Amino acid sequence: MKTINALDVHYRKLNDSIDSAIKVDKSITLNNVFGQRYIGRGLPKGVKIKIHGIPGNDMSAYMGGAKIEVLGNAQDAIGNTMNSGRIIIHGRCGDTLGYAMRGGEIYVEGNVGYRVGIHMKEYKDMKPLIVIGGKAGDFLGEYMAGGSIILLGLNLAEGEEIVGRFCATGIHGGKIYINGNPDKYKFGKEVEKVSLTDEDTAFLKKHIALYAKFFKKDLSHLKLEYFSKYMTVNKNPYSNMYCSN
Amino acid sequence: MNLKFDSPLFEVIRDEKKCIKCKTCVLECSNKVHSYDEKKDIFKADDMKCVNCHRCVALCPTKALIIKKYPLEFRENAVWTESAIKEIFKQSQSGGVLLSSMGNPNPSPIYWDKMLLNASQVTNPSIDPLREPIETKVMIGRKPEKLEFASNGKLITKMPPQVTLNVPVMFAAMSYGAISPNAHEALARAAEELGICYNTGEGGLNKDFYKYRKNTVVQVASGRFGVHKEYLNAGVAIEIKIGQGAKPGIGGHLPGRKVCEDVSTTRMIPVGSDAISPALHHDIYSIEDLRQLIYSLKEVTHYEKPVFVKIAAVHNAAAISSGALRAGADAIVVDGFRGGTGAAPTRVRDNVGIPIELALASIDQRLREEGIRNQGSLLISGSIRNSADIVKAIALGADAVCIGTAALIALGCHMCRTCVTGKCNWGIATQDLELVKRLEPDVMYKRLVNLVSAWNHEIQEMLGGMGMNAVDSLRGNRLMLRGIDLNQKELEILGIKYAGE
Repeated sequence: MKTINALDVHYRKLNDSIDSAIKVDKSITLNNVFGQRYIGRGLPKGVKIKIHGIPGNDMSAYMGGAKIEVLGNAQDAIGNTMNSGRIIIHGRCGDTLGYAMRGGEIYVEGNVGYRVGIHMKEYKDMKPLIVIGGKAGDFLGEYMAGGSIILLGLNLAEGEEIVGRFCATGIHGGKIYINGNPDKYKFGKEVEKVSLTDEDTAFLKKHIALYAKFFKKDLSHLKLEYFSKYMTVNKNPYSNMYCSN
Repeated sequence: MNLKFDSPLFEVIRDEKKCIKCKTCVLECSNKVHSYDEKKDIFKADDMKCVNCHRCVALCPTKALIIKKYPLEFRENAVWTESAIKEIFKQSQSGGVLLSSMGNPNPSPIYWDKMLLNASQVTNPSIDPLREPIETKVMIGRKPEKLEFASNGKLITKMPPQVTLNVPVMFAAMSYGAISPNAHEALARAAEELGICYNTGEGGLNKDFYKYRKNTVVQVASGRFGVHKEYLNAGVAIEIKIGQGAKPGIGGHLPGRKVCEDVSTTRMIPVGSDAISPALHHDIYSIEDLRQLIYSLKEVTHYEKPVFVKIAAVHNAAAISSGALRAGADAIVVDGFRGGTGAAPTRVRDNVGIPIELALASIDQRLREEGIRNQGSLLISGSIRNSADIVKAIALGADAVCIGTAALIALGCHMCRTCVTGKCNWGIATQDLELVKRLEPDVMYKRLVNLVSAWNHEIQEMLGGMGMNAVDSLRGNRLMLRGIDLNQKELEILGIKYAGE
């Protein structure tokens, strides 16, 4: 496994050296990462990167199959327009995580910021997934068109709410699973709460188990029957809004 | 009783003496205007359905059909015009937002027609393009502050990536979804033959089209449909769509009914799902955020492709363009108030934004004043109708223009402005395979080649007339323009003198 020291290296140089390194060894470790952007952008299947430190914005943008593990927090727009691959973040994440992601999986141990999972979409067997251990800010799953978001809400402090306002506003596809039953006012008008099917339960079980494995946590106390599932009422929400002139 | 107040827009008139009852009109009309009553042996026309697209007229072998404006009139009123009344009828009937197709048809000032070009007389003699070469090739992209050469004359300066256009024209962004695959193919093939570029629009790109990569600009909009690494590398440049002249501040929305199997594959969304691109990219709230997206695209294409930023011409377009260039854009594409669209809310289309001529002049001026005009190219669009408009645009400061509506007209569009129905009888703005196959790319791409080649020659003639042998000599050369019928303020913004001065 090749190791790259990212201390004081500009992102362009760092990303270039990752490109050269993976030609030799597809598994690499980055040390002392401190806010460098675009790490893992467009990287293909087979590449594995372990990051020590805090990767900057747009990590894994347009990623095409690589696996990235971050031992630390991550900044904004992680997994932007990502196509496939897997991201595991041992910490917290900023805003717009998984913007327009079309495939792959993102696991975040702690909390995430605003507008997470917006424009997520799915296509055939590409079904993106975001699993969030903590809470999420406003506009979670805004304009969501496909894929799934699982919000676990672990370790919330007294009075802390699992999800912000305007959750799933403009949703026209995909599913959001939330551990609990947040107030209705927090959701966009396009959303409907539906009951969990057996398929949902199996899906949740599988990914909660993976979360527990990645972050070495015992989640046996989580009760699947407390989860709420949210979906779109209509996949063409605006079809009656217009009249031809 | 459900009263409907609508009346036909057009009247179909059939000359019975000329009609040979071949039924072509019945077969050709996707709006089902024409029908044939076997028992009575007569043709009927449902005027209510006619959109005046001229398909039946053009294909009638005996020219037995004429479409006329429906003669029904309201009592004359300069305030409550026919369209004002009819729009209220429609909205009070449906409760819907009015949705229109193609560019703003209202008689707002067209400044191209109020600017006149210069020509040489006696001094600085004119050049005849039939006898002498006149360069119309342009390079789109960021230009270095200065060029450095080695002692052997070799260029040392590393040039930023450039897109070469043999004619200062590109086909404007029109997505697959908004227009048909055959229309896209015709545009791509014409771009290849002409040595220019077409633009995928925001709908992604079918793999069959990757072979046109040297002549392709790929677009990224807020919905990121069909955007992935391979796509981003499938052209010679990437365009970030921030805005569109026909609907500044409004996003795109391809209704689910137009998302057929092929469109679904290209956009990478399920069949029948709405494709929604909101007005803003929710990861761009500032120039710094725009920079982040620009550089994410440069990173994933290894800094080999220029990144364009497309904005609508709005009041502060000059400041926005300056910001976009400073954010790392290699070209700014500005789409004006009269630019076309597959669908836009009527009120937005007709009331939001400013004419492209004024926007262009003020952007070019601002970038020059700030000393950053070299940092990117300036492309403009929004009602470029002919080669003279192009020459005037270049004199005002544009590097090249994009044509959308003009290109579609070359492909057979008759400007019936009902793209939104998806029933385009000319096979352009439709995904109905029966209609799509009416547009034969093999034949129609040549019409685009003809149009742009003819314009190129006209541009050469006008340049030659001014004693210039290269487009580059005209760029931003506003002394070559004079205004007529313009007030002092308009002249000041356009930066030109009045005719006779």
